[in-house]
Amino acid sequence: MSILVNKDTKVIVQGFTGKEGTFHAEQCLAYGTKIVGGVTPNKGGQEHLGKPVFNTVKEAVATTGATVSMIFVPPAFVADAVMEAADANIELAVIITEGAPVRDMQAAKAYAVKHGMKTIGPNCPGIITAEECKIGIMPGMIFKKGSVGLISKSGTLTYEGANQVCNEGYGISTAVGIGGDPIIGLSYKQLLPMFEADPETEAIVMIGEIGGDLEIQAAAFIKENIKKPVVAFIAGQTAPAGKRMGHAGAIVSGGAGTAKEKMEALEAAGVKVVVSPAEIGKAVAEVLGKK
Amino acid sequence: MNIHEYQAKQIFAQYDVPTPRGIIANTPDEAVANAKELGGDIWVVKAQIHAGGRGLGGGVKLAKTLDEVRALASEILGMTLVTHQTGPEGKLVQKVYIEEGADIKDELYLGVVLDRAKEMPVIMASTEGGMAIEDVAHDTPEKIIKVAVDPAIGFQGFHGRELVFGLGITDKNEQKKLIDFASKLYKLYMEKDAEMIEINPLIKTGSGDFLALDGKMGFDDSALGRHPDIEAMRDISEEDADEREASQYGLSYIALDGEIGCMVNGAGLAMGTMDTINYMGGTPANFLDVGGSANAETVAKGFEIILKNPKVKAIFVNIFGGIVRCDRIANGILEATKITDVNVPVIVRLDGTNAPEAAEILKNANIANIIVGTDLGDGAAKAVAAAKGA
Repeated sequence: MSILVNKDTKVIVQGFTGKEGTFHAEQCLAYGTKIVGGVTPNKGGQEHLGKPVFNTVKEAVATTGATVSMIFVPPAFVADAVMEAADANIELAVIITEGAPVRDMQAAKAYAVKHGMKTIGPNCPGIITAEECKIGIMPGMIFKKGSVGLISKSGTLTYEGANQVCNEGYGISTAVGIGGDPIIGLSYKQLLPMFEADPETEAIVMIGEIGGDLEIQAAAFIKENIKKPVVAFIAGQTAPAGKRMGHAGAIVSGGAGTAKEKMEALEAAGVKVVVSPAEIGKAVAEVLGKK
Repeated sequence: MNIHEYQAKQIFAQYDVPTPRGIIANTPDEAVANAKELGGDIWVVKAQIHAGGRGLGGGVKLAKTLDEVRALASEILGMTLVTHQTGPEGKLVQKVYIEEGADIKDELYLGVVLDRAKEMPVIMASTEGGMAIEDVAHDTPEKIIKVAVDPAIGFQGFHGRELVFGLGITDKNEQKKLIDFASKLYKLYMEKDAEMIEINPLIKTGSGDFLALDGKMGFDDSALGRHPDIEAMRDISEEDADEREASQYGLSYIALDGEIGCMVNGAGLAMGTMDTINYMGGTPANFLDVGGSANAETVAKGFEIILKNPKVKAIFVNIFGGIVRCDRIANGILEATKITDVNVPVIVRLDGTNAPEAAEILKNANIANIIVGTDLGDGAAKAVAAAKGA
């Protein structure tokens, strides 16, 4: 078991034949992901990486039965691509592209929600179910199969966290990079219950950062609904207010969205909060050891 | 990207959002000429910098004669204005906006921002105009009216009614004018991909008109590509020179107060590295994300920018290679030590893709001030120790 994706998940790639799409699709195929084709307008009928290329997502879905799309199109076309996927009854769109305008993502997400399509990202490393299915740009080799679920706004902190968990002798069930933009798809609140319900997952690591209030919402949700142990780290305790820290959404504005308030809310919800990401692995060992 | 008040008012004018009349000036002579052109017998001389609190800092003053306009413009142009938003170093005033005086009967607040929880724009209004909205939100949150507008339906009559009744406006003519004002502001927010609009204060005049007395706007950087008119309003003198230089190399850099320079890949890990240094008793000198396409040149540039800061006593390079290959970073570090005089200890932690090759490269180079950190905690501890010993 795992959440959202596994070895049988059929995946298409939007922006399949572009430089990024090609490079990462190749890596995903090498990892074992069941990529069944891709979409690039006006290249339909061709073959790429040994898989068929289609002009539209609808054609790709009709022919291959894909349920997930990995999106690599340039930022200005992301909203269009997401809405096309929703319109073609894709179940989950994983949006890797960085730099999509907020207004576009607002419209695209609203449309996706209306059509019952889940989204991950944008501006994220994607999702990986260890040793089964990698849909994204993360280095696959650090994700050993195991019982820890991971949710993170940051790409490299996902790798850092997963690596520590594996070095402690545990492994990862599924890791989801949700992205650090102001408007994102699936977040802690939607992913936590999936991990709670997944029999393979025994503990959850959640990595957040300054800006917005998703971590606060997560804390309230954990308090009421999550029985499995949760370890959390919030990046940006030392970030100055009013400065955008790399991610479009990572900003403390008007005194709101600080690391401190998020850490306090999570602690109050019974989460084991670490002050440094260097402590994530040890904290996981501690919560799992207690069981 | 942020713009100046006078630029915000130019955009307001395109959308018929009413403002007092004004003209921008670069010199005291221009200021006087502008005042003459505007006419009347009272003018406001307003410093143009990208920060709020200009009035309290002495950057907004009233003139009753043309001589006063000249004297105030001379005083304000070239001054370093310090406000609660500029930091103690303040900002140099290079332009003043000369505006006609307004008959202020009442001061309101009106703004549009993205509500991240609702995932739609929210119009915020308050009767407490002229005050810092953060303080109003903190002390008297009930005095802020929030109306979220779903872009799928746009600004409707009911949104407007919620605003005016919330503000306690009973005069039907005034209601109509303010609803019209808010509707235009929402349209502007959407069409220009604004990130934030703030009018504080929005004034009601003696004759019952509403005017934007101030105007603050920020835009979504990711959408600037489709707004060349907005991009043209960029004032690079308002931006930090080092941050700007870094961004030209694909580096995201923010200066801080501490002693340990940081070079990290990924924004989250970069913040996490700062937090770890802090946790171990050190102080980070900067945030620096080298991004996903780091190479020898960008790494060398990163060192150069970090070392411009004389307070830096050690540098911690913390890379978890995913797409970024560690061997490339290692070569970048060696390259950097050739191009730039790296005269402080450099603690290097490279993990992930091609980490063993990278370790080999650094070992063979045998450079005295390079110290290898085995993991994040170890690297941070060594960086803190090195900064203290230096």
